[in-house]
Amino acid sequence: MGSLVLTDLYASVITDDGELEILKGVSLTIESGTTHAVMGPNGSGKSTLAYVIAGHPKYRVTSGSITLDGVDVLSMSVDARARAGLFLAMQYPVEVPGVSVSNFLRTSVTAVRGEAPKLRTWVKEMKESMVALQMDPSFAERNVNEGFSGGEKKRHEILQLSLLNPKFAILDETDSGLDVDALRTVSEGVNTFRAQSDAGVLLITHYTRILQYIKPDFVHVFVDGRIVTSGGADLATALESQGYEQYSPASA
Amino acid sequence: MTTAPPIDLSPRLSSLDPDVFDIPTGSEVEWRFAPLTAFSRFFQPIEGAGDVRATHETDYVRNVPIGDVHSSWLPTDRPLAVARSLVRNAVVVDVPREQVIAEPIVVQLQGAGDTSYQHVEINVGAFSSAVLVIEHDLDRDICGALVVNVGDGAKLTMLSVVDGATDAVHISGWHTTTGRDSTFIGCAVTLGGGFVRISPSVTYAAPGGNAELLGLFLADGDQYLEHRIFVEHEQPHCTSRVTYKGALSGPGSHTVWVGDVLVRRGATGTDTYELNRNLLLNDGPRADSVPNLELETGEIIGAGHASATGRFDDEQLFYLQSRGIPETQARQLVVRGFFAEVLGRLNDEVWRDSMMSRISVRLGLSTEESTSE
Repeated sequence: MGSLVLTDLYASVITDDGELEILKGVSLTIESGTTHAVMGPNGSGKSTLAYVIAGHPKYRVTSGSITLDGVDVLSMSVDARARAGLFLAMQYPVEVPGVSVSNFLRTSVTAVRGEAPKLRTWVKEMKESMVALQMDPSFAERNVNEGFSGGEKKRHEILQLSLLNPKFAILDETDSGLDVDALRTVSEGVNTFRAQSDAGVLLITHYTRILQYIKPDFVHVFVDGRIVTSGGADLATALESQGYEQYSPASA
Repeated sequence: MTTAPPIDLSPRLSSLDPDVFDIPTGSEVEWRFAPLTAFSRFFQPIEGAGDVRATHETDYVRNVPIGDVHSSWLPTDRPLAVARSLVRNAVVVDVPREQVIAEPIVVQLQGAGDTSYQHVEINVGAFSSAVLVIEHDLDRDICGALVVNVGDGAKLTMLSVVDGATDAVHISGWHTTTGRDSTFIGCAVTLGGGFVRISPSVTYAAPGGNAELLGLFLADGDQYLEHRIFVEHEQPHCTSRVTYKGALSGPGSHTVWVGDVLVRRGATGTDTYELNRNLLLNDGPRADSVPNLELETGEIIGAGHASATGRFDDEQLFYLQSRGIPETQARQLVVRGFFAEVLGRLNDEVWRDSMMSRISVRLGLSTEESTSE
């Protein structure tokens, strides 16, 4: 059993006009094998939370800590965090022109596993994972995220999730921009990953839609840079009917 | 032998007589970026200069006295005219007509002494097809011409690599003439040299010619690398594609790309596009990019250009690193990806991979665990 622990985390975004505090004391413990949903309105800082855990250079942690199985994450480089077992499925995956998906995936898997997979088993593994996500084999020859549709980008993120097999996965608005069929496929990919591993999952979302497919063990409401209330899956149902207004700072 | 300068884009005086050309002062549009202190030694005849020779002669490659070469090319600036008047050896590549040569013809060029003049004359006979790889070993200063004649219906793919000492001065005037329905793909890979000025130009002798000018350059330290392209469309139904990409790292490197395309009144049905992209790998380097397009007729299929110079994209780096890829390797992937578009056009995996490896080495990046499949 492992855990990803965020303790009283404060972080700012670095802009041309200076720093702006976004995370204002986030504490959250995710145990292996559990799925947490963090839900909140636009601009609440949900995506910042995801980026800070992954180590995006645009954000600066001003106080608090993040540990993975007791080891300090904040002192690790971005790539070291990934090799330690963290994975962030991004809301807006980045295009990398001239780099093919197959080349990218193999380079990434080699880095995370610490050794290059054998070519024959690798090709088979990649193809099987793509088939499971209903991706055309020609996809592997395309450049990373270049000209991908919204659905293709998200499938590609979940493909990486299944191949990299992290200890903890953060899924940032993975449901955004997906039609019902794509949402179902992507959710099945996430559920297969959950069933086959003992990973912890942090699902960041604005809507409850994806929670119909991926059942969370815990739901946290995120407003103005911190968790304001936590509960079980039924909390999402309440949010669906009542919205976030009751948690907004103005009505508090 | 002197022709009057045209009054339009790139007024081009051409002559075998060096004194027809004034000594550049730096105020001329053609010389305004160049550090003249480096290039000026080639403005006057140099006593005791040697000749560039091909190190190996083959069925297709010979060293011959310049007097035996029947070249229609005329120099278009002073250093090229000086070099033409003093060069004694010509490297001649002759591909007879109606030959399809599968294996690349490799020409290794080498100078002699501190300074050498160069004349390379390449003739690809009608309906022939060949791949030519020219390696310039720049351990000394070299100035001269590379003249290419592509016969009717012929196809030549030429990869010209300039590598070597980063204090060497190199001036190279390429001139390609394409025959009816012929295709020329010319790729300039500039990795070495301290002060390099390469001017590829293309003219079309007959309708239906296709020219693709590719370029890839890597400037480091205090290198000055200039590529000055001139494509003159005089014939109808010809195409030109210019794609040059450069990567620069500091502290004092400077690259110049000038792309002049002129579509003459009679060149109806022309299709032309030119593109230059420069990637700044850190703070300090300077990249100048100047596309020029002049149209004398509107009856064309297409004409356009694009130019952009940008910094290394930190978001790309973050994305790759967030997948466990260490920073050095992530940078390598991005730079190789940046150049892949150019090298992909060569349609030759062996040379593409070979160039990629050399680029990686030059960038100080490991080629171990090669990223190409």
